[in-house]
Amino acid sequence: MKLFRLPRQQPLWREEVSFRGADEQYVNRRQFAKFTVLASLGMFAGNAWILVRSWLRKEPSYPEQAVASMNEVPVGAVKQFQYPGPHDPCLLIRLDSDTYVAYSQKCTHLSCAVVYDRTKNRIECPCHNGFFSARTGEVLQGPPPRPLVRIRLIRRDERLVAVGVDTGSES
Amino acid sequence: MFGREFYIDPSRCIGCKACENACAECGTHRGASMIHVDYLDRPASIATVPTVCMHCEDPTCAEVCPADAIKQTEDGVVHTSLKPRCIACSNCVLACPFGVPKMMTRIEQMMKCDMCFDRTSEGKKPMCATVCPSQALAFVTPEEIGHRREQPVNIFHFGNQTVTTKVFMMTPPEVDVIDVDVVDFMWEEVS
Repeated sequence: MKLFRLPRQQPLWREEVSFRGADEQYVNRRQFAKFTVLASLGMFAGNAWILVRSWLRKEPSYPEQAVASMNEVPVGAVKQFQYPGPHDPCLLIRLDSDTYVAYSQKCTHLSCAVVYDRTKNRIECPCHNGFFSARTGEVLQGPPPRPLVRIRLIRRDERLVAVGVDTGSES
Repeated sequence: MFGREFYIDPSRCIGCKACENACAECGTHRGASMIHVDYLDRPASIATVPTVCMHCEDPTCAEVCPADAIKQTEDGVVHTSLKPRCIACSNCVLACPFGVPKMMTRIEQMMKCDMCFDRTSEGKKPMCATVCPSQALAFVTPEEIGHRREQPVNIFHFGNQTVTTKVFMMTPPEVDVIDVDVVDFMWEEVS
């Protein structure tokens, strides 16, 4: 069908339902089959391309970054830092005297900034009441589809160093 | 159509009905003839005339079809109704000025002469023109028909309707347009 129709002598129905075979604008069986086969081939090639890319994809390398010294953060307190880039806010939480966890501050639902609730020991997203476990980052309740992105920490000479990012899988 | 056209010359028709029988032999509509031979004025004359589809440029049958079942292909042939579409309403039978479409009530489908498109598209003559012994039905080139005394005409006036056809009717040389007033052919008295 043409997108725009110029005004003609003939009424529209006569153009649309023409008895002349040459004027027919229906999709015939062969065209439909051809379109279906080619579209399927295209989708197959696209999927194969995605598969090959996922095979060839390398783990991105993250910089090492000193986050805090061991006793800088008291138990139950939070320190904000940026990792891996300057626009990626993260939270370092000291759960008890020996346990530190760090998460990206972006909620996995709509990227609101999450906050740590010390009394209930969970991470909350105030936008849509999404709750994450403070210990593992898993979704406890609410709309977020994935656990919080976790920052890998190691201890090096009384300093906490961020060395990588663990993106959670689809839950 | 390989430069050939269909010409009907009623003055040559001898009423043998070879065309009817040849047409009925066709595998696509075996037993039913798509051509018919009529006596013009049986009590007074032995004159007969064969009627095939004239394949109008603007086919009235297709114009009136509410189901879009009658199609004209690019070679100008108006085809038998499409079986999945024909609703057997008989609009075409009533509308055709030449009386060509036939309603096959047993199969609830209109069937008509399609100029043996399976043959003519391969350069063969339609079956009726192949068997006609007097060549009242001729499928020849315009040069070949030019040797005849009659003149081919393909414009018909039915009252106010002008019909131009693919098939030619052979007429006396002075006739350019065939005027048909339907009332003239009604045998009842019209007041």
